[in-house]
Amino acid sequence: MQAEQVEIAQFLAQHPPFDDLPTNALNELAQQVEVAYYRSQTDILTLGQDIADLFIIRSGSVEIYRRNSELYNRLDVGGIFGQMGLLMNRKVRFPAKALEDTLVYCINFELFNRYCDEFDGFADYFEADGNVRLRQALVEQADSNDLTTAKVKSLIHRDVVTVNTQTTVQDVAKMMTEEAVSSVLVTDLDKPISDDPEEDDGQIVGIITDRDIRTKVVAQGLGLDVTANQIMSTNLVLLDSNSYVFEAVLAMLRDNLHHLPVVQKRRPIGVISLSDILRYESQSSLLLVRGILAQQTIEDLAHYARQLPNVFVRMVNEDANSHMVGTAMAVIGRTFKQRLLVLAEEKFGPPPVPYCFIALGSMARDEQLIVTDQDNALILDDSYDDDKHNDYFQNISDFVCDGLAQCGYTYCTGEIMASFKKWRKTRSQWFDQFSDWIAQPKPQALLNSSIFFDLDGVWGKTKWADELKVFIAKQSKQNRVFLANMAANARNRTPPLGFFKGFVLEHNGQHKRSMNLKRRGTAPLSDVIRVHALAMGSRKQNSFERLEDIIDARLLPEGKAQDLRDSLEYIAMMRIRHQAWQIEQGEEPDNDIDPHLLSPFEQRNLKEAFAILEKAQSFLKFSYSANVGVK
Amino acid sequence: MEKQSTFDWQSHYKALAHDAKNEHLKAFYTQAYGNTNTPIKAVEFVALDFETTGLNSEVDDIVSVGLVPFSMQRVYCKHAKHWVVQPRKSLSEESIVIHGITHSEVDDAPDLTSKLAPLLNALSGKVVVVHYAAIERHFLNNALLARINEGIQFALVDTMELEQRALRARQGLIGRLFNQKVGSLRLTDCRARYSLPAYHNHNALTDALATAELLIAQMQYHYREDTPLFELLS
Repeated sequence: MQAEQVEIAQFLAQHPPFDDLPTNALNELAQQVEVAYYRSQTDILTLGQDIADLFIIRSGSVEIYRRNSELYNRLDVGGIFGQMGLLMNRKVRFPAKALEDTLVYCINFELFNRYCDEFDGFADYFEADGNVRLRQALVEQADSNDLTTAKVKSLIHRDVVTVNTQTTVQDVAKMMTEEAVSSVLVTDLDKPISDDPEEDDGQIVGIITDRDIRTKVVAQGLGLDVTANQIMSTNLVLLDSNSYVFEAVLAMLRDNLHHLPVVQKRRPIGVISLSDILRYESQSSLLLVRGILAQQTIEDLAHYARQLPNVFVRMVNEDANSHMVGTAMAVIGRTFKQRLLVLAEEKFGPPPVPYCFIALGSMARDEQLIVTDQDNALILDDSYDDDKHNDYFQNISDFVCDGLAQCGYTYCTGEIMASFKKWRKTRSQWFDQFSDWIAQPKPQALLNSSIFFDLDGVWGKTKWADELKVFIAKQSKQNRVFLANMAANARNRTPPLGFFKGFVLEHNGQHKRSMNLKRRGTAPLSDVIRVHALAMGSRKQNSFERLEDIIDARLLPEGKAQDLRDSLEYIAMMRIRHQAWQIEQGEEPDNDIDPHLLSPFEQRNLKEAFAILEKAQSFLKFSYSANVGVK
Repeated sequence: MEKQSTFDWQSHYKALAHDAKNEHLKAFYTQAYGNTNTPIKAVEFVALDFETTGLNSEVDDIVSVGLVPFSMQRVYCKHAKHWVVQPRKSLSEESIVIHGITHSEVDDAPDLTSKLAPLLNALSGKVVVVHYAAIERHFLNNALLARINEGIQFALVDTMELEQRALRARQGLIGRLFNQKVGSLRLTDCRARYSLPAYHNHNALTDALATAELLIAQMQYHYREDTPLFELLS
């Protein structure tokens, strides 16, 4: 006769699923358990380790984590864990940690299986539970690239390179070349990391980047024997290795830093750069992009495109800024076009003459959001023969435009699509068209300028699109009349602010009073920024990048360009969040926002952002008036 | 007081094995675990508890025996043992109240002599853990003397003594000088300090389990897993 574990049996009898077991089964179970004790804050199960038991908490409490170390659940007396690992591949899927001193009863896998076989109720409990959790686990896995939950540690791919304060710049440069790094950390031997005296190189006191060597040594004509401490940057923001990636992003944005040293207990373990983050950030959208390229039919593509809103929402929830969202959405849109063109060429055969498919407007500017229509066109080789080749290009254009429509990119109401013959021109015709627009700017013709003057090659001879960009930049820069007309155009759409700076609302289709953040906000801002960019011959297309050029060239009075950047970012983010919120509510996303739903704080900021647009528009009037001669 | 590290259990067991007459006792000593330098994480323990007819080991006798083997990682309930035996002294009403073993149960039970072999077998090769060493040490010694004319000696870990050490360490010199109370050393009260649950049934097996859990908790709080065994022995 085996010894009766009365206490254990009585405990189990009070907790599901054990409470349904017959008495003798319960007693047998009580005799078979193993008991383990975990002091508060110690690990019970770590991710990926082998697991051989089901755990029942007898006393204390336990925290269960997701694989990305986010808290998943908190269990106390009677709580059961470990079943996911047992049901899957007997590896721990949800790490567990004792939150308090915890006593657990462990039931081994063989016994667990036998009880599942013998007692239906027992099995049902775990299977029902298991399915739910399994689904969550799979969703989790797909989400494991979150900016908000990934640690910066995961971005460090190489050992840290350090020099000390007395290393000469020549040695620093040599080392950077040998190690192929763009930055080194400077440590001070006189400042030891006190709690770790072995191999102590000292604390980090500075960083030297390629740029420091260029600007502080070479440009200043300093000697090669200058020491590291004389040229290093000391405005360091150190990240703890347990920081999240988004904290790194915030630190970089806040302090305009491109390199962040990562430390573990003050010991340097790596440096992460802006490019590491960008590479990481685009992973989730890259995943979607890879998926797009794998689809074999328009139907598959259209089906696949339904994921787009989720990717969008996730980026927003990950605190991506408008540039990140806009770029990711543009890359995705571009990929849809490319895939459709591949499928079109498979269907209709190879093109009879070379061509280039171009994207226009927000996609070309990398400012695409979720609500967008398609603006596109074709550049054809000069050998194009209308009689012979028109059918082919009509076919592939229809194929692509119809396909895009099925994927959620609605037809352009302004008929700016490759499927309209007027927007399929040869290279020469396009040059002529742009020269004509620039030389003889008619207001009507320029209504579309905000679309055509942002263009990007997507497929085929994309360098033709680049040639056009160069041409546009050169021509428009010299042409004041053109710029004046563009400027007048950019003042057409005014921000929704009344005389006393109250919001001016419009009725939209559903009789709601709202304002359109795109038409009244981001679009006119892009227009204003484009005029300045064209005026200085910038070939950039993205509004934020254009603003950088504008700032570098000191084209605008001190602070104006920065104000424009902030204004654009604020309104764009409000648009983005509004759309993400609508998607999450199951609504059709749009650009119309009711300001009464905003907090007083948001209302004030939004008014401020619109006020900047308003000022920028009147500034255009002075700067690019056709009547004012060149200063 | 001299540290236990100086006491050589290995040689002592060898001598005891040589001298023992009873074959079970001889076997127990031969296999007894005497290497006191072993880190506790590698030691196999067995928690032992008796219910008795009273508190005086000279006149009272064992009523039941509970034991459960364990290591610092797990308590193995599967290998737990529990015997009710017939004491050579009648049950007092007070003891029945405590352990709940009744006259009729005892009347049907065998004499401890018949359980000697499985008991010693269950203890052999392991380090015995009890809560309050005097009870188990003296009762078992006297019970054997009465039955086979030989006593028994073995290394013991006493969770009560470990608790007292821990409490004294916490109390500090000042507290000791002013003779502050260190706190209750009852099994249930000791367990509560480590957030171990209160067990309501008092039988030898439950108390053995409770003792095993207590030692694991004490180790996690006050010792390292590579602490050598001799630091724990009483």
